[in-house]
Amino acid sequence: MRGLLTVFNKELADYFISWRGIILFGVVLLTAVFAIYGPAGALQNIRADLTSTSQFGAAQFVFLRLFTTSGQSSLSFLYFVSAFLIPIIGIAFGFDAINSEKNSGTLSRLLSQPIYRDTVFNGKFFAGITTIAIMLTSIILLISGLGLSMIGVPPSSEEVFRLFLFIVMGTLYGAFWLGLAMLFSTFLQRVATSALATIAVWIFFLIFMAMISTFIANTMAPINDTSTTQEIFRNIEIQITASRASPIFLFQEATTVILAPGERTASELLQLLQQSSGGGLISSTLPLGQSILTIWPHIVTFIAIPTMLFAISYYKFMREEIRST
Amino acid sequence: MANKLIVETKNLTKVYDSTTAVDNLNLHIEEGDLFGFLGPNGAGKTTTILMLLGLTEPTSGSVNVAGYDSTREPLKVKSIAGYVPEKVGFYESLTASYNLAYIARLNNLPEDVVKKRVAETLEIVGLADKAEQPVGEFSKGMKQRLAFADILIKNPRVAILDEPTSGIDPEGINQLLDLIAKIAKERKMTVIMSSHQLHQVQRICNQIGIMVRGRLLVKGSPNQLGKDSLGGSQFKIELQLTEITQGIIDAINRVKDVISVDRMENRLLVGCSKDLRPQIARAIVEANGLLVEMKIQSYALEDIYLKYFKEA
Repeated sequence: MRGLLTVFNKELADYFISWRGIILFGVVLLTAVFAIYGPAGALQNIRADLTSTSQFGAAQFVFLRLFTTSGQSSLSFLYFVSAFLIPIIGIAFGFDAINSEKNSGTLSRLLSQPIYRDTVFNGKFFAGITTIAIMLTSIILLISGLGLSMIGVPPSSEEVFRLFLFIVMGTLYGAFWLGLAMLFSTFLQRVATSALATIAVWIFFLIFMAMISTFIANTMAPINDTSTTQEIFRNIEIQITASRASPIFLFQEATTVILAPGERTASELLQLLQQSSGGGLISSTLPLGQSILTIWPHIVTFIAIPTMLFAISYYKFMREEIRST
Repeated sequence: MANKLIVETKNLTKVYDSTTAVDNLNLHIEEGDLFGFLGPNGAGKTTTILMLLGLTEPTSGSVNVAGYDSTREPLKVKSIAGYVPEKVGFYESLTASYNLAYIARLNNLPEDVVKKRVAETLEIVGLADKAEQPVGEFSKGMKQRLAFADILIKNPRVAILDEPTSGIDPEGINQLLDLIAKIAKERKMTVIMSSHQLHQVQRICNQIGIMVRGRLLVKGSPNQLGKDSLGGSQFKIELQLTEITQGIIDAINRVKDVISVDRMENRLLVGCSKDLRPQIARAIVEANGLLVEMKIQSYALEDIYLKYFKEA
């Protein structure tokens, strides 16, 4: 256990004092500032919201709206964090975790010490997760602090809990990217190759997955001008199901439920529409318990997938012969 | 030499895909030995070392280090054995003392001991003034000394060094080798050092094993190896005489410890197990011969080494 702590401490220190850590913290800082003051920043939108409380429920969870409003731009804080920031952090901390140590010869030095081989692997993984958690926490605190001084509305206890839940989900989501990057760094010998491979997966989910899910939906349930509502519903349903193969989509869906209880995710809307044929769309906010219940499958998935990735790389790493040449 | 065995392998074999890297190796190393592990590249030295440390599993056979089975109890072996891999690597952006302290902590040394031990060890390898410099700024020779410090910090019973001298200048090599020998003697530490450079091994080792194609061809002290492999004659004395007669040859042959006398045109080659130049000179004079020149060559292990390579 002591060995694990030693590796953990060293890796954590490495992440923080290395250039990559400093750069990523810079990105975190910029993200926070942009989320508040940016052209589509929360400040403008919330002011607008508060003055014209036209929408029912909009006045609720004002504090959370700091994180979710997108205003005119489509690049909301939530979208930016889920599609770019967390994947980049996860990939940056994991893509060279194992193979760079192998190439530089430090791994055989480490493994000739009286520690279990998995200690090195676990130490790196947990240090990575901890760094991601620290970064997410600081970004949330930064935005909260800046936002609080601007709008002057303190968060309610439920809002605090929802933000905490967001950090937990974000960390698990980060663990997915970290695990994926470490998987590639275990299997691929060269650092450049493993970095590219991980980035390729990220871009695939980010850009191509949407096209693919549309394609699948249109093949399975084609729609045209004369389609019935049912046919359209079915098309959208398939599209959503296919999109869920992408962790980015999955995370966005989950965090929308957590941070924007007044909004409905596409699939929730679909369900409501199907049940009530568009008649009585409820626009009240979802209680915390219901929110958690809604995203329970997402939480489980985000625990299961990183665990699986971790297990595969762990297995490979444990069986490998470590040579220094 | 009734010392305890510290390394013992029984029919140790490692097969990669179709090539046999180590073939039924039975290696015995006694505690306190400085064992030189010789062999050309690809002879299976590194593979053997990895198996000693439990870093790779043998295909068959067993390895014991200080009574622990390296395959089943690698952690116990690793806590009493220090290892420097051939291409040793450090965290280049971290300081020498941090790199060492990290290893010390992984060896479960308590925090107050770590600091003291790091300073001591750096002093021994002559890097005390460079303690707070990032390792990236070190020369190859300094890195090798730091690597040796890596071993010393855990104060092991066995130190295993894989090609510790590769890539350093001749002076650095000698310094490092002398340092290894000195420490080994002081701490009564067993040293296993692999190399393909014979004279380096010869400089400090009291036991030598020559490995070729996965097999241990011979093992023994340098002197012993010389005697066994060259039919006992370790020295060759080359004589040039004004005239060679059978009487002179017989006279030389009668000198005690002369093993062979061969005639090569106007020269004589005398094989013997000791330096017999005075005795031979007297024999020639007594047989009325006139000596022009006398040269002695001691059989360096180099010849033995090359001989085995050719045989293999």
